[in-house]
Amino acid sequence: MLQELSFGFPILSLILFLPLAGALVLWALEEEDLVKNAALGISVLELILTGVLLTRFVPDSAAMQFSEQVPWIPPLGISYHLAVDGISVLFVPLTAFLTTLVILYSWDTVRYQIKEYFIALLALETATVGIFISIDLIVFFVFWELMLIPSYFLIKLWGGGVERQYAALKYVLYTLLGSVFMLVGIVLLNLNYHDWAVTHHVEPIYSFDFLQLLTTPIPAERQVLIFWLMFMGLAFKAPIFPFHTWLPDALIEGPIGMAVILAGIKLGTYGFMRFSLPLLPEASKSQSVVTVVMGLALAAILYGAIVALIQPDLRRLLAFSSISHLGFVLLGLFALNYQGLQGGLLTMVNLGFTTAGLFFLAGFLYVRRHSTQLSAFGGLARKVPVLATFLLIIGLASIGLPGTNGFVGEFLVLLGAFSAYWVYGVVGVTGVILGAAYFLWYYERAMFGPLAQGLTQTIQDLNAREKLIAVSLSVMIFWIGLYPAPFLRIMNGSVQALVDRLEHGQMATAQVSATTPHE
Amino acid sequence: MFDLLVVLIPVLPLLAVLVNGLLGHRYSHGVAHRLGWGSVGLSFGCAIAVFLSTLSTGLTREVVVYRWIFGGDLTINLAFLVDPLTCVMMLVVTGVGFLIHVYSVGYMHGEEGFTRFFTYMNLFMVSMLLLVMGNNYLVLFIGWEGVGLCSYLLIGYYYDRVSAAKAATKAFVVNRIGDAGFLVAIFLVFVNFKTLDYTQVFAQAGQLSTAMATAIGLCLLIGAVGKSAQLPLYTWLPDAMEGPTPVSALIHAATMVTAGVYMIVRNHAIYDMAPLAMTTVALVGGLTAVFAATIGLVQNDIKRVLAYSTVSQLGYMFLACGIGAYTAAIFHLMTHAYFKALLFLSAGSVIHALSGEQDVRKMGGLRSKLPWTHALFLIGTLAIAGIFPLAGFWSKDEILAHAFVHRHYGLYAIAAIGAFLTAFYMFRLTYLTFYGHSRVEPHAAAHLHESPAIMIGPLVVLGALSIVGGFPGVPPEGGWLHHFLGPVVGVAGRGGEHVRVGLVVALMGAATGIALLGWGLAHYLYSVRPDTADRWAAEAPRVYSTLRNKYYVDEVYDAVFVEPTKRLGAAWDWFDRHVIDAVVRGVGRLTETGSAASTWFEKYVIYGVINVTGYANHLAAWSWRKLQSGMVHHYAAIIVAGLFILVHLILIWWTGSFALGVAAR
Repeated sequence: MLQELSFGFPILSLILFLPLAGALVLWALEEEDLVKNAALGISVLELILTGVLLTRFVPDSAAMQFSEQVPWIPPLGISYHLAVDGISVLFVPLTAFLTTLVILYSWDTVRYQIKEYFIALLALETATVGIFISIDLIVFFVFWELMLIPSYFLIKLWGGGVERQYAALKYVLYTLLGSVFMLVGIVLLNLNYHDWAVTHHVEPIYSFDFLQLLTTPIPAERQVLIFWLMFMGLAFKAPIFPFHTWLPDALIEGPIGMAVILAGIKLGTYGFMRFSLPLLPEASKSQSVVTVVMGLALAAILYGAIVALIQPDLRRLLAFSSISHLGFVLLGLFALNYQGLQGGLLTMVNLGFTTAGLFFLAGFLYVRRHSTQLSAFGGLARKVPVLATFLLIIGLASIGLPGTNGFVGEFLVLLGAFSAYWVYGVVGVTGVILGAAYFLWYYERAMFGPLAQGLTQTIQDLNAREKLIAVSLSVMIFWIGLYPAPFLRIMNGSVQALVDRLEHGQMATAQVSATTPHE
Repeated sequence: MFDLLVVLIPVLPLLAVLVNGLLGHRYSHGVAHRLGWGSVGLSFGCAIAVFLSTLSTGLTREVVVYRWIFGGDLTINLAFLVDPLTCVMMLVVTGVGFLIHVYSVGYMHGEEGFTRFFTYMNLFMVSMLLLVMGNNYLVLFIGWEGVGLCSYLLIGYYYDRVSAAKAATKAFVVNRIGDAGFLVAIFLVFVNFKTLDYTQVFAQAGQLSTAMATAIGLCLLIGAVGKSAQLPLYTWLPDAMEGPTPVSALIHAATMVTAGVYMIVRNHAIYDMAPLAMTTVALVGGLTAVFAATIGLVQNDIKRVLAYSTVSQLGYMFLACGIGAYTAAIFHLMTHAYFKALLFLSAGSVIHALSGEQDVRKMGGLRSKLPWTHALFLIGTLAIAGIFPLAGFWSKDEILAHAFVHRHYGLYAIAAIGAFLTAFYMFRLTYLTFYGHSRVEPHAAAHLHESPAIMIGPLVVLGALSIVGGFPGVPPEGGWLHHFLGPVVGVAGRGGEHVRVGLVVALMGAATGIALLGWGLAHYLYSVRPDTADRWAAEAPRVYSTLRNKYYVDEVYDAVFVEPTKRLGAAWDWFDRHVIDAVVRGVGRLTETGSAASTWFEKYVIYGVINVTGYANHLAAWSWRKLQSGMVHHYAAIIVAGLFILVHLILIWWTGSFALGVAAR
């Protein structure tokens, strides 16, 4: 059983509910500027709190930290149980970081129903954070579903596309459909626990608690069934090819802010790493599961990249590039070895800076040209050199140039996949080539060459707020690229514990700093 | 102190990158270029100090800066390895780099984006230094892709030219193909050795099976072929000439493209275990040497001729690696850096003088107008052609001699043909540019001028190096360079087999004869009987046009790889919209009749949840109506129905298996 560390102060609850409380405060405000400033203030406060969380997090430890637990529905074994470990902790500040940047971005790009927009955004932040810090599966599921509501409205009401209603609905229904399967999976986990608890005379007899479920053996064939049920929910959400068709629609039709969150915060693949792999190690290791999932991962890498190659719309290109990157994440996770898991996890974090960053850049372009179509661009580097520079930096990070965060993640993923089975690595590597091709080809046509016809009017380069967004993203990109040690150490303990679990079938008893890889 | 000096070598140009990159727009060009060449000059100074220290102590040292990527059984440090091979590479890179930076101050004077140019050039120096100084494969790989990036940025320097933009993308993507191969090699190394540090890998290389060594060697070769522009991935290099000429000199001639050669020499311990990989390296090199030379015969762009010549000379270095003549490969790399930088920069001086003209058909008779440039270009030509006793003679002769002495007669023949072609096309270029009648267009002739001292100065130094730069490798197989590199490449013992002096001299004579023959033919065709070449071209139009069109390789690659991939993308995009998504839509349409259920769903599920969360009343006031529209009706029923059926199916299955389980118990 995993060790749990509590903090003495319910910092996770504070982080969880601060944005929601802020949303309620916003409701009471009338004046537009006040609303904006309040939203920004709340999100910055949240970011600071998550920063504190990160600095107080004990690295190189597999323990569940900052644990808080209050019974909720005891007869069913549901409790309000929050905690973070090396797998989840980074996503909390990442969510806060992206929300803050989205608020900055939205400052003057959202022009109507401003208050409602920021309320929805903050509500979304609470739900998203909730997903990452809940370790009771029902609480997790509640946040998983709650997240849909603000997302739905954000896409539907503030989307820029003509088909935004369709896109919003498609997104919600896709996820709902998937979650139905996942819910069944979760219930089966509970029933299995019940079965075991009764025969072994263990109290409580029902539990949805991740840590308790971990201690319960699950027969292999049941694991496979539950795995595929969970898979449906996670794969629809991630999304994993071929369940991805909601993604391009949501990203193109919805507002940029929503696209940033959807593309930057990898809930689906997180779910695999958080629940599927540790709870269902036998299934995750089984030949059939590995073959299918790795096959889908490779298909996603190639399919996403090749379809991205010919897209004239930057946002659609980014949607497919996202699908391709999710393939990399999956490839790492199901390599089931240290480098693969570490790389998959790091890549999830990285995408929060790279893919999300590219959506910000797409937003900057959209503000200027009222389109993200290639036909609106051409030779822009001359007009907007700063924007062009950041697009290149973040784009190169997204295709994994060494020195940027993308490389560290991609390298580890491919190394892990190659170690698992060399063919996975070799096929995955072709994604590296295609990535360069689709991004640079687009960049060439959008930014280089002679100025596009009709582009005679002046176009403003990035303003201070936009620069702040681009610079913060770039700082993270180079930090993780050049000196990833703090991030790798945060992940280390939990990744190692997961590897041990996959190899030996049990979670090694974690000891703080016991696995420190210091010289 | 030593460690600090080592670290400073790449850090100094890096600081210049940061300062120029972030603040460059705030100060004048004068500050920018001083930072640019100044930092490289200081870094050259540090490199000399490190070199002298290594020379006196003879030690191989590692400098660990920090732990970069780690976890599980993997630890990769950002660390440097200083051994004789690193020293030679460092000196060539920073030394030639410094000269080219100084030259650029004159050449790029008044260009738009002057500061940007120096920022990129310095970034290139940083990457190249990481490449040659890293103590493990991954630090090398940072440099490896870093130089590719800088090459991309500098080829695309004149980014509003379509050709430059296209060439930049092409260079990066083709390089990435090689990089992918290189990555696979890194994975193979890690799987076999559980480390990526050179010292540990090479110490255990002897335990590799031949098959594994061959696999690693061939994957490394894919990387090398991409970076060093060898068959079949050479196509990006000629197009790379779209960049400013100093870039062509530094990146696409003297340093970056030699990275593949460095990498193979660095990995010789693995290649020594894999005869098949060695043979492949030699064949790729030999074939490229001749192949590129034949294209170079008929090109009319002065820089493109030099580009093909670079591809061809790199082929010699690969050939040398492939026959185990590692020192000769590095030797030729070094001399080539001198004379090819000299040639490119002199060509730049010509282009500069002619206000940007690069077509040799619009040159001619420039000898008197550009005396310095002419003399220096001629030195470069003599050196590359292998005329005694210039730098190129010694290094090229050593490769040829090594091939002959070790009974690689086929490769020797190929190399000899290449040498003949090289002498021919280089003298052709010299004659067309500097001799005969002036074909300069009037507007260019009006501004014709010799280049300023800041450009001629570095050229003189490179000229001097092209003359005397071969002496560290004299006598063949026994020069100072051989002794210095001996501990790294480990051929000190193997080269020991005694070769008769007579044979050595005879081979030198043959090499000189071949070079003179090429010179003679060029002299005849382009000086004595200038119309003959055109007549020959007219008599064999098919051969001529094939060569002119570079064997149509670009067109073939386009038709075989690029276009089909794009078509596949379009097909899959269609598939995505019309098949995968249609399934989704179709399912929705099936349930159209279930609108009652969907209304129920909307009212009680979506709004139920909203009410719980508390802010629905507010939203509902303005958005309720909007929600009624849309396609909720079409889809929602399936959710409910699906849930219902699924839960039942699962429960039936589950209780069934439970029952069975209980029964079994």
